[in-house]
Amino acid sequence: MHLQLGWRNIWRNPRRTAVIMIAVVIGVWSMIFMGAFHRGMINQMVQNGIATLTGHIQVHYTGYRDDPAIEKSMAEPEVVQTILEKRVPPGARWTARVRVSAVASNARHSGGVTLVGIDPAREAQVSFIGEAVTQGHYLRPDDEYGIVVGEALVEKFETKLGRKLILMSQDTDREIASRAFRIVGIFRAEMEATEKQFVFVTLTAAQRMLKLEKGISELCIVLPDRHEVNEVADNLRAALPPSKYEVHKWRDLLPLVDAYLSLFDTFIYIWFLVVFIAMGFGIVNTTLMAVFERIREFGLLKALGMKPWWIMRGVLTESFLLLVMGMAAGNIVGLLTIFALSGSGIDLSAFAAGAEWAGISRVIYPVIHAKDVTMANLVVFILGLLVSIYPAAKAARFTPVEALAHT
Amino acid sequence: MNVDVKMAWRNIWRNPRRSILTMTAIAFACLLLVFMLSFQFGSYDTMINSAVKIHTGHLQVQAEGYQDKRTMRLVVPDPGAIGSILEQTPGIDAYTYRANAFSLVSSEERTYGIVVIGIDPAREANVSTLKKVIRQGSYLSAEDTNQALLGELLAKNLQVGLGDELVMIGQGRDGSVAATVVEVKGTYNSGQDEFDRSSIHIPLKHFQDVYAMRGGVHEVVALGKSLGAIPAIRKAVAGSIENEDPKHVLVVLDWIDLMPGLIEGIKLDLISGLILYCILILVVAFSILNTFLMAVFERTKEFGVMMAIGTTPRRLTKLLLLESIAMTVIGIVVGIIAGCLITWYFQVHGIAISGMSEVVRQFGIPERMYPKLSFLSVTIGPTLVLFITSLTALYPALRVRRLRPVEALASV
Repeated sequence: MHLQLGWRNIWRNPRRTAVIMIAVVIGVWSMIFMGAFHRGMINQMVQNGIATLTGHIQVHYTGYRDDPAIEKSMAEPEVVQTILEKRVPPGARWTARVRVSAVASNARHSGGVTLVGIDPAREAQVSFIGEAVTQGHYLRPDDEYGIVVGEALVEKFETKLGRKLILMSQDTDREIASRAFRIVGIFRAEMEATEKQFVFVTLTAAQRMLKLEKGISELCIVLPDRHEVNEVADNLRAALPPSKYEVHKWRDLLPLVDAYLSLFDTFIYIWFLVVFIAMGFGIVNTTLMAVFERIREFGLLKALGMKPWWIMRGVLTESFLLLVMGMAAGNIVGLLTIFALSGSGIDLSAFAAGAEWAGISRVIYPVIHAKDVTMANLVVFILGLLVSIYPAAKAARFTPVEALAHT
Repeated sequence: MNVDVKMAWRNIWRNPRRSILTMTAIAFACLLLVFMLSFQFGSYDTMINSAVKIHTGHLQVQAEGYQDKRTMRLVVPDPGAIGSILEQTPGIDAYTYRANAFSLVSSEERTYGIVVIGIDPAREANVSTLKKVIRQGSYLSAEDTNQALLGELLAKNLQVGLGDELVMIGQGRDGSVAATVVEVKGTYNSGQDEFDRSSIHIPLKHFQDVYAMRGGVHEVVALGKSLGAIPAIRKAVAGSIENEDPKHVLVVLDWIDLMPGLIEGIKLDLISGLILYCILILVVAFSILNTFLMAVFERTKEFGVMMAIGTTPRRLTKLLLLESIAMTVIGIVVGIIAGCLITWYFQVHGIAISGMSEVVRQFGIPERMYPKLSFLSVTIGPTLVLFITSLTALYPALRVRRLRPVEALASV
């Protein structure tokens, strides 16, 4: 009966109810939409980061992260690989790489790059490169002198498919090793910086060039579920002697993305709160109006023996209904907007250089995260009821005599 | 005081609680916008200034195409001539010459491919922060030849300390092999990791000898007195450079051309900020629409009486608009004052944002952010609020014109 009474009360003045509901709808919509937009942005950042050779977990020779030099490579990869096979969950994929900084040059230009020696078949399952080649072909296991480079690098070096590129780097004897490769494939990446930085050759070619024999620089693991990272990493740490091997999670490897993650979380909650405060003024004011209009009515009810608590409950029920309806509509509109945009995404190409500079993708696909949606609704609901206590308490405190005297 | 204004004023205070809540909502929106915009503008200023001061400068004169290709042979052949043009251009604070060459740099332990930068020690100190960020050893002096400054991170990667030797091998301007041995004289920490990891500075004279530059440089870097004056300076400098040989054209680039990502990043941030603010103002507008509406519907009878005794609908509209605009203006004024006070406090003390340090190291912004009050940052937000609330107030004010005295008097 309380609900029914409240329901009828809020529709006594439909215009007023509609106006305040629109405020709640816009507020909730903006919370959900902004939440999904930022979540999408961060998710893409994380995914890009992980696909751009980071993976979920990496194993290196101890000290490699601080000083990524050739002599900090793992000389006995078989040992690690057998442990890996036993310790990673089924469905996990991993690959071995040689990764060193090198100088690339041709007749016209020279510049610094990161030389990555990969196992073509395994690498394709782990990182972006397997599907990123747009011209020529991806590395084949027997491509002894083949190299795959980024489109931006091709432009910078004024070269093209089939041309030669000479790579120089320090080998295990601390001598300068150099080797000529032929460009067999050109890849495109989300970030231009990636295209400029990485060049790919086969693992064996890199090992031969750098006199590494069987040595590798890193093992990169991608798990079927990102949330198992901590567990698997701890597991590997326990199994590998720390004097020789170090295990890193993607959050350690991508400190910038990690910082963004926590920053954006804070940002979203601040946004929720700010929108709510804006909305809160409206809720309080409207409820207050509804209460003051009905002073006589409350007086009468009290004179008839209604307890103050019941009156308070009545007013709160009205706010409750108002909030629930506004939230429902806001959620529906918000989810529909996100759904409509999730196909094509939100195109930031107009600010491509800015997006690249800030490390975000050119197209953002909003992502609905149950936590964000729940949080938005909880903020509105709980705080909405809390601020309604003020007008409700006002209504409960009228004494019958003064209320009935009121005109 | 005009009768209408007086009436509007008294009407506002007939229901002080409601009016105060409405004005607080408006003040809250203004306060927030003033603070946020000042914060954004302040951080842009810091970002631009630190980026400009670390390396690029406000303006650079380069050979056409050098910015994209960074090829050795694209030189400014007679830097002295450009220097004298810059000296005659008003508004320029300082200028310097630089040359860059990608080279293999080896220590005993390590070899890396990095960009070697030739600088004029005395002039450089006036343009960039390099001299101030030296952490170990000392800055280059005019007599130095084969001495080098390098970033702390690079020194760590190369495993060298002060006094150690580095071998540099690269390609000269004419395509010949350029090689030299330099001694580490100092290390610096600019706060921007990328820069500290990938740059090494040697005296320009020595650079020109080693890389066969024949007196040429790659960049003439200038610092203006203020950001706002740069477009005019750029025009003046570009006008004075004589490009006679079409094969060797010199161009003038400003900081926007030199760091295109920075300005677009700022635009992106500003636009996403403005979208957020518009949504916020819309929420506020609907929150206060009810107050304005009620001011009309609660008082139907009163308006009926007023109309019956001869008040024109036009005057009623004016009265209602006066009421809502007075409330809006009071809210805005309070909001601006409070916003300015809060912003000013942080402008003096700075805001430390936790979790920022990684972001900071990427973009080279200081860990404490200082919002900056400016005419724009204080006016944009409140203007938006005024505009949207005035629109909101218009609806009830026009509604009142539809009232008929007889019906209005009959309503309770």
